[in-house]
Parts: sequence; C-alpha cells; structure tokens
Amino acid sequence: MKKFIEGSWAMADAAKMCRPQVVAAYPITPQTHIVEHLAEFVANGELKAESVNVESEHSAASAVLGAQIAGVRTFTCTSSQGLLLMGEVVFCIAGMRLPVMMICANRAISAPINIWNDQQDSISLRDAGWIQVYAENNQEAVDLVIAGYKIGENAKIMLPIMVCVDGFILTHGMETVDMPDQELVDKFLPPYDPPYKLDVNNPISFGLLGDPTVYLENRYALHKTLEEVLTLLPKVGAEYKQLTGRDSVKLVEEYKTADADTILVAMGSVCGSIKDVIDMERQKGNKVGLLKIVCYRPFPKEAIKKVLDKAQYIGIVDKDISLGAEGALYTEIKALADSNKKVSGFVAGLGGRDITVKSIQTIIESTKKEVNRCKFIDLKQELLWDEFKVA
Amino acid sequence: MAREHIEENLYVSGHTACAGCGQSMAVRIVMNAAGKNTMVANSTGCLEVFSTKAPETAFGLPWVHSLFENSAAVASGIELALKQQGKLDSTKIIAQAGDGGTGDIGLQAISGMLERGHDILYVCYDNEAYMNTGIQRSGSTPFYANTTTSPVGKRSVGNPTIKKPMVEICAAHHIPYSATASVGNPKDIEKKVKKALSIRGPKYLQIHVPCPLGWRSDPSKTIEIAKIAVQTGLYPIVEYEYGKLANVQKITPKPVEEYLKVQGRFSHILKNKEALEAVQKVANQNIAYYNLVSQ
Repeated sequence: MKKFIEGSWAMADAAKMCRPQVVAAYPITPQTHIVEHLAEFVANGELKAESVNVESEHSAASAVLGAQIAGVRTFTCTSSQGLLLMGEVVFCIAGMRLPVMMICANRAISAPINIWNDQQDSISLRDAGWIQVYAENNQEAVDLVIAGYKIGENAKIMLPIMVCVDGFILTHGMETVDMPDQELVDKFLPPYDPPYKLDVNNPISFGLLGDPTVYLENRYALHKTLEEVLTLLPKVGAEYKQLTGRDSVKLVEEYKTADADTILVAMGSVCGSIKDVIDMERQKGNKVGLLKIVCYRPFPKEAIKKVLDKAQYIGIVDKDISLGAEGALYTEIKALADSNKKVSGFVAGLGGRDITVKSIQTIIESTKKEVNRCKFIDLKQELLWDEFKVA
Repeated sequence: MAREHIEENLYVSGHTACAGCGQSMAVRIVMNAAGKNTMVANSTGCLEVFSTKAPETAFGLPWVHSLFENSAAVASGIELALKQQGKLDSTKIIAQAGDGGTGDIGLQAISGMLERGHDILYVCYDNEAYMNTGIQRSGSTPFYANTTTSPVGKRSVGNPTIKKPMVEICAAHHIPYSATASVGNPKDIEKKVKKALSIRGPKYLQIHVPCPLGWRSDPSKTIEIAKIAVQTGLYPIVEYEYGKLANVQKITPKPVEEYLKVQGRFSHILKNKEALEAVQKVANQNIAYYNLVSQ
C-alpha cells in the first residue's frame, strides 16, 4: 500500500514486518526516529519482541550479537560516532557469522562534531565483513531491509548486513513509499532458523581463539563467502521483484549510460539529484549517464567494469574521504577502469553541505575537462588558509 | 573427550592454564554448581585463551566469547532472546570475566546490565591484574603490589591505589545479590552460585583467584594463599542483598605479613616497615568497615 510517510517510519515499519525478536539500540541523531518507532511497535503490541535501549552503542551491538547467537532475528540501528563505537563489535559479528541487520543513518564523523549527512561512518567500516548496501530513496531502504534479511540469513552466507541511508535526507524526508503487506513479507522471508546457536541440549562453544594455524583460512572463508553475495543478491532481488514488481534489490543501477560519453559514479541519495541533472544536461545535448552502486560490499567489480567500458570520462562522487589519499569509491573505481579512460575523483557534501544542481554540473564539466584525483567541490575559499586556496 | 566425562564435569581438563591457576579451579566450581542448563558469555582474557583454542573447548555447556568488555551486554542479548523463546524459566545465564574485563573496561556494560535488571549472574574472577597481557595493573590490583605497570623503584612502592570496590559498586545498583568469595573455599563458591542462580534478576559474584605467574607464588600453594588473603582481612568475604550488607565471613585476623611473604609481588614490602604498616592499615580498615572480627 502506498503511503506518504517519513523515511524513518517506513524503515521501522519494514523492520517490524521482518519480525525481529530483539531490537537493541542507543540513541544518536539522525537514527533516533527509527528506533523510537520500533519501541512504539513493541510497546503497543504490534511487534512481539524485546526492545532495549542499552547504555552505549558498543552494548547495543553486543546485545544483538548475544541475541542472534541465542537463535533469534535481531535489529539495530546507529549513525556516525555510534557506528565507530560499535566498531570492534561490528567486525566481531561478521567474524562470528551472525546475520544481524543494521540500518546506518549516515552521518559525518567528529571532529568537528557535525550531525549532518555524509557517508564517512559506514565507509570507515567497509572492511568489517558486512554486506553493505546504499539506498537512494526510502522505497529502496524499505526493500533493502526486507531483502537484506533474506540475503544475510541464507544458510550458505550467514553474514550481517548494513543498510546505509543518508541521514536526514532519507531518515527525516517525507516520500511516497509502497509498503508491502505483512502477508507478502512472511511469504518472502521465512522464520529465522540458524544452523548453530546456543543450546543446552547441544552445547557448542562460539568465538574461539583462532591462532596462526587457523586464522588465515577463517578470514579467507569469510572473504569468499562475502563474494558469494554477488551471485545471491541479484537472485533474491529477482524473487523480490516478482512479489512486489520493484527492481530495487540489485548490485548496481544504470541511468542513461547506453550512449553516454561521461558517466558519474555515486552511492545513496545524491543519485536522485544526479539523475535530475543528467536529464537537464541531456536536453542540452550532453551525453551523461550515472552508475549507481547499490551494493558496495561485496564490491561488484564485474558489474561495474561493464558500465565503465561504455564511456570515456568517469567522474566519481564520494561523500567520504580517506584522508591523505582520496575518496574511497574513487580508489576502487580507478583500479577497475581501463588506463585509457579519464577518471576523476570528487569529494562533495561532507558534513551535510548541499550537493546542488550546480555542484553536479561542476563535477560533470570538470570530468570532461581535466583529470583530478581528489577534487573537493564547493570549497569556500574565504575559509581556507592562503596556501590551501584553490586557483 | 568422552561424552560421559563432559556430562559429569562442565569444565574439563586438557586446557592450557598454568599450574596452580586459581581462576581455572574457580571456573570448574562455578560451572558445575550452575549445571548444564546454563549458557555462558565469556570475556576475553586468560580463561578464554587457555580454555577455548580452536578447535577445542573445555566447556561442556553452551558458551560464547566475543570481546573483552562486553560479556555483560552479550549476556543481556542472550537473556532477551531466551525471554522471547520462552526458555528463560529453564535456562540460567552467566556472564564472566577477569577483574580488568569487569571493573575497568567492562564497567559500563555491567552497570547497564544491572540497571536494566537482566536475569544474569555476573562472575568476576579476580586475580588482581591483567595477567593475560603480562601482569599490568588493573583497578583491582591491591595496594603496593608490584606489577609491570606499577613497578617498584626509587620513587615507587608499587601500585599506589587500593582495590576498586566492585562488590559495593554492583550492590549500589540495589540488585538482589552482590557477593565475594574465594577459591580457598570451594564449598562457599558452590553455595553462592546456587543461591545467586535461585534469585531472579541481576547478580554479581567476585571470586578471589591467585595467579601464581602474576603473583610470583608457589603453584602448589594457590588455595592456601587464597585462604590467608581472607584471614588477614585483605579480601573480605561479604554478601550484599538489595544494596544492604547481609553477611560477612568472620575472621581471627592474621598479620598481613603472612600473606605478603608468600608472594613475589609483595617481596619489596617485607623489609620496608612503613609500607608494611600501610598495607596492614588497609586490612584494618576492611576489618573495621565490614566488622570482620567476632566481638
């Protein structure tokens, strides 16, 4: 049923329909509305679950780890500093092969403290062994949560999944979202039944010490399993499409790339703005297209490479930066592109700076004109030291 | 490992603990007292390293380790899951850690677990320093103990602080039960574990466990040394119920020298009269505070 609804409400509703039995979280802006709604669902009996507001994000992640290993489906949600505080637990959850679902309401990282959106938080934890997907809009966020459980809980995969949604832009934005019926979700997502769990009738020890004789193989198996998601995700996406008619669960999305000489690459909500600018540019005769990365981990190299081959100029928009190097997505796309391509990296929108039509037009122009490795967009020259000013 | 052996003993030999390890002895007593319908969340530390090196485990009950500071939070999650599964009435939950994992890095998670009222017994095996990493001081290291990060020197008599009062910190949450025990008295541990597990809600039990490596003591004297700690007043055995002191184990105090002289970590004090008196004062304060001597 289509609803005009706040993003957080839609995501909470999607999580509710997946029937998690334990929801643990700690409040941080802009994640709060999602867990507030879930707490309401539990309080009014709409969701039969334990909802717990613990004393830190570290404990929120630890509590879902414990609940999941005791054999129930869980949900948690955080942002920014909260995700970093969870950091070591996040790695541990993947290493222990627990299909925890987390929504990361993407927000900038301190210092300076900043509650607004960029993607530095989840990008900083990309190496943790989680499936990471980025939603462009709230419809995708809803679809990725529901399908995400099914992907992570696949008996061959058993890995956690982080659905990344741009803070405020999606979480607090009102949009029309087609919410699936509970019946449909139940049909799509079977009850959680893990192959191993804490059980007094079958006592198993979990989380053992892996010394140098076994650790390497353990990490290799984790890596290979995560790569298998590249095959599974499109299959689950096709199944989801059959039920809902929506093609939102996929590795990448192409927008007007068929005849493009210039392709921008981006993740998350900025893709919506880029699509609008592409339409405007095409009216002027500029052959621009977009490659939207939905699944960032595992990294869908083949799917990306196929699209990159279509154009001569590639412009990558990062809402993050590996300080001292360049944008994370740029590094990886550059490594994939043929050497004759003109590949440029742009860092934009950090700490909630608007990425406007003009910002995107600047990126397109620059991509065609010159090659840049790490060009910051919309810098205010008057706030910079003289030696940092850009000519 | 023969199946029958596991069923008799929920924590079995074959692990790699040091000879005379007080923690390992206490764990066996706690596990067997808890019984097989128990799930355990274990923090990182000596115990986890010496008992569960892949692919082996010394535990015959469902057991999970994830990180250093989070066993109380992991156990909280287990408890919530069991509640949803309708298994909480038939299953006990223990969270356990060393003194560093409990009173230092794990303090916040424990406080959260206690405040939220989870039905969990938290057991701290107190060997009074970070033994797993090489005998660094913790908040639970006793006054003037020589550790690798509170070394004795020209300007230092060892660890300058007294033990963090974890049993009181837990009791201050007004939980049903917060107590200390000593591996020198296995029957008392057994009794306290059973008592704690018979009560609904959060419980805390801190067990004094000598570490021959870190204390530089004779591995064959672990139990004896644990007993002397209690007898000198340096390790009061107490029980708090709902925040109030309910029981203390009375002693006929021995001088602290009896305890200090059998451990290398205190050898520098024996010839230092002033330091010796200062340690005796700590014991005397305990004796007065808890009223340890029968009138």
